[in-house]
Amino acid sequence: MKQILAETGNLLWKEIKLELRLKYALNSLLLFTGSIVFICYLTFINIIDKHTWNTLFWIILLFSAVNSIAKTFVQEGESRNLYYYFQVKPISIILSKQLYNTALLLVISCLALILYSLVLGNPVEDIILFCVAVILGVIGLTIPLTMVSAIASKASNNPTLMAILSFPIVIPVLMMSIKLSKIAIDGLDRSVASDEILTLISLNAIVFVLSLILYPYLWKS
Amino acid sequence: MRKSWWKYLTVSKLLYVIVAGLLFDAPRLNILNETIRALHFHVPMWFGMVLLLLLSIIYAIKYLISGNLKHDAMSVEFANVGIVFGLLGIFTGMIWATYTWNSPWSNDPKQNSAAIGLLIYFAYIILRGSIEDKMTKARVSSVYNVIAFFALIALLFILPRLTDSLHPGNGGNPGFNAYDLDNELRKVFYTAVLGWTMFGFWVATLRIRLKFIELKRNEYI
Repeated sequence: MKQILAETGNLLWKEIKLELRLKYALNSLLLFTGSIVFICYLTFINIIDKHTWNTLFWIILLFSAVNSIAKTFVQEGESRNLYYYFQVKPISIILSKQLYNTALLLVISCLALILYSLVLGNPVEDIILFCVAVILGVIGLTIPLTMVSAIASKASNNPTLMAILSFPIVIPVLMMSIKLSKIAIDGLDRSVASDEILTLISLNAIVFVLSLILYPYLWKS
Repeated sequence: MRKSWWKYLTVSKLLYVIVAGLLFDAPRLNILNETIRALHFHVPMWFGMVLLLLLSIIYAIKYLISGNLKHDAMSVEFANVGIVFGLLGIFTGMIWATYTWNSPWSNDPKQNSAAIGLLIYFAYIILRGSIEDKMTKARVSSVYNVIAFFALIALLFILPRLTDSLHPGNGGNPGFNAYDLDNELRKVFYTAVLGWTMFGFWVATLRIRLKFIELKRNEYI
């Protein structure tokens, strides 16, 4: 257990250092999100319907997530994978990737929300509940997407494969997050949302445990 | 004869279902009327699909543990026949919906989750097609199979909770609930469920035997 935590910490630190050194990856991701937000602004100009505002925001998040996570396992070359194979446990790898992707996506979603509100207005009444929805939703997107990215990297690894494998799988989480954030936008009483929050947390927990169990099988080859 | 008694049973069950389902008296219910006969052909498809996909994930897990290509062959063939059952379920449902809901597709949560479930399994087939190496293909697709089944369960539990279903028995619609089914109908329905499920299993076993021969010829097992 202690060993796994230590390895995860080291791998996580490596990911962050790598990302900061290769600035173009992070920058291109930010530019990607910024571009979609701006395209949405130019095509809609003014969103009157709150539900459309909400759905559009989640679609932006989904595409940014798929785009950023698709490269998770690609950047690791064959020889580096072999090196990991002898050095660390597979669980540490998947844990560090998930943690890193979650953190990255939280930063991106934060920036996307700010930019999105700036150009298209912000109808959210209960901002804290909305943030809870975004955090839970982002975790719910990252865990299965990281797993699918690992699967796609074993296959021919084209971006289309990543999309078709992941889109139908993340629909439950996406629908639930949209419903939860809609409650936040309408400013309903928080007790209404407890059901959605619990469902999201349990969904995330199930997928998380599943990915920890399955990744070691995926890894050895 | 001793080994294949259940095949004769399946054939006689299905003959009974076709004759009795189409010719026997059906109860007169509001809206449904004669279309209640779809019960014997549409609903059993879902029972068959869920059972076949369950067998598929069981053999996928078995493959991950044993590494025996026989288990992988069984897993993929159960999934294939399950997908065909799902398609038949959707088409029979659409025919039925044309006459009771006035349109083949009407944003019913059960219809939507069935469609998304099929998308997940189509992605499974594409994933298998995109990997060359037999061992890698079996391992990676088994991992995806496990994730796919859990996503399917999540879909079946979550989407219907978002809106009321139009399906009979949901949201105050007259339905095939226990008290609505009269005894005659129930007899045919239970026979139909058993018959179609066994039929699906039979088709899958035939395909599995073909696959085993192919594996043997190529000297994989």
